Amino acid sequence: MSAALETRALCKSFGALTVAEKIDFRLEPGARHALIGPNGAGKTTFVNMLTGVLPPSSGRILLGDEDITALGQAKRVKLGLGRTFQINALFRRLPVLDNVALAVAERRGVAPRMLRAASAHPDIRDEGMALLATLGLADDAKQRILDLPYGKQRLVEIAIALGLKPRVLLLDEPAAGVPSLESHRILEVLDRLPSEIAILIIEHDMDLVFRFARRITVLVQGEVLVEGAPDEIGRDKRVHQVYLGEQRHG
Amino acid sequence: MSRHAGGYSADPRVRAVEWLPWVVALAAFFLLPEYLSLGARILIYMLYALSLDLIVGYAGIITLGHSAYFGLGAYVAGILAAKAGISDPMVQLAAAAAAGALLGLVTGAIILRTRGLTLLMLTLAITSVLLEIANKASSLTGGADGLSGVVIAPILGMFKFDLFGKTAYLYCLAVLLVGWWVVRRLIYSPFGTSLTGVRENSLRMHAIGAPVYWRLVLVYTISATVAGVAGGLLTQTNQFVGLNVLSFESAGELLVMLILGGVGRIYGAFVGPVVYLIAQDLLAKQFPEYWYLGIGTMLVLVVLFARGGILGILDGLIARLRRKA
Repeated sequence: MSAALETRALCKSFGALTVAEKIDFRLEPGARHALIGPNGAGKTTFVNMLTGVLPPSSGRILLGDEDITALGQAKRVKLGLGRTFQINALFRRLPVLDNVALAVAERRGVAPRMLRAASAHPDIRDEGMALLATLGLADDAKQRILDLPYGKQRLVEIAIALGLKPRVLLLDEPAAGVPSLESHRILEVLDRLPSEIAILIIEHDMDLVFRFARRITVLVQGEVLVEGAPDEIGRDKRVHQVYLGEQRHG
Repeated sequence: MSRHAGGYSADPRVRAVEWLPWVVALAAFFLLPEYLSLGARILIYMLYALSLDLIVGYAGIITLGHSAYFGLGAYVAGILAAKAGISDPMVQLAAAAAAGALLGLVTGAIILRTRGLTLLMLTLAITSVLLEIANKASSLTGGADGLSGVVIAPILGMFKFDLFGKTAYLYCLAVLLVGWWVVRRLIYSPFGTSLTGVRENSLRMHAIGAPVYWRLVLVYTISATVAGVAGGLLTQTNQFVGLNVLSFESAGELLVMLILGGVGRIYGAFVGPVVYLIAQDLLAKQFPEYWYLGIGTMLVLVVLFARGGILGILDGLIARLRRKA
């Protein structure tokens, strides 16, 4: 069976600086997979190549059976690749509902319509509201993002991506900036995500990673150091050396 | 007159207060017959400012070159009337619209790949190039002397342009009404909502799979079409075209009007030209040397203290009154 998302010998260098070195990576259908690594390991570059923001220097990216290496961002989204952003990338002056509805409208092909009012598309609004309800944001639908507490903004970040009904979802530090007392809210939401979506999470919060992920890949200096189940990674000496040691006790 | 924004929960019905500008415009027609030529000019600038609000206020495209499309529309209508012997105003207006659309599509497709300052410079360059072409092609455009001999047949074969500007005023009002209806509908549509998305966060629009570039090219083309119509109207009411329609000053002046009225509110494009052009008219009569100082002071005050323009100030006042009540 083909992977939900796969990279083959993916490389990226900026001049002499290599930030991705022959990354072979498989994200299985329905996976709960985490990508970790110290700062500067190349995690963000990797995500940017997967989503089409950065072209790789060499190598291939496959979404299901399709080679998407040369496709632009929008095409990848249409094929079912969704993402969230480490730093909130929201429509700050728009209501929460519109933030999600914009994504739903793009997916359903409603967005280019000019003749009828947006609000004359109750199906888009209803789907947006239903999605907000599953994330516990129904009461905030009319609020502008600006007026929303930060933790809830992080949830809207996820809601927009879910509005695209992705087959593969890349979560770039979903709990970034959220106080650890509140990060359990994020985890609750992540736990309830539809099981058919293959999820790759990039996260610094190790508690969250070890509670959420069933498989972990450790990236160090642009290379895959090791990949395995959470308990294997937790026991791995090399991982402790380069990463967990400094994170947990540093 | 609060901020008009589309969206999936916005009520698109026309509110009672939105009929106010039309009532005022009709009242002015009956009460101020000696000011109808200024009135027609204001109506034309409202349409022109509305076209600018669509791209600046809603799509977030900043430009100093919108006079390119306005000026092209003015010259196309003028050349048809003065050189080609096509005197039907509807045909002239349609040609001005088509020319604006074509230029908007071609230039938009090139410049909208860029952003920020580069984009701003490119918009300036386009109108400068057009100005130079109009200046050099004097056999067609009259060059620096301007294009005169513009002949306009009665509208629909029935309404003759009269000396007092009555027909011209009502004609401009009717065209503005159509332009307003189109722009307003667009803003409340899913397309308009997606433009607001691009303005707020184009990075995210890419990430939800929106073809951002094509959306921008499309709205730019629509805006250029409306600007072309406004230019055609100016030719028809003035029966003359001067090089200044293509100048960068005219584009800058338009932007000032829109900022003064309020950006991204539809009706900022109505309030701005009224205030600006009436102030210009009054101040130029009273203080012919200093009137620009008055305009400048007004703009500085708005930019410093009222970022939402005059309508923004009104919104603030209404909100305060409601809280007290």
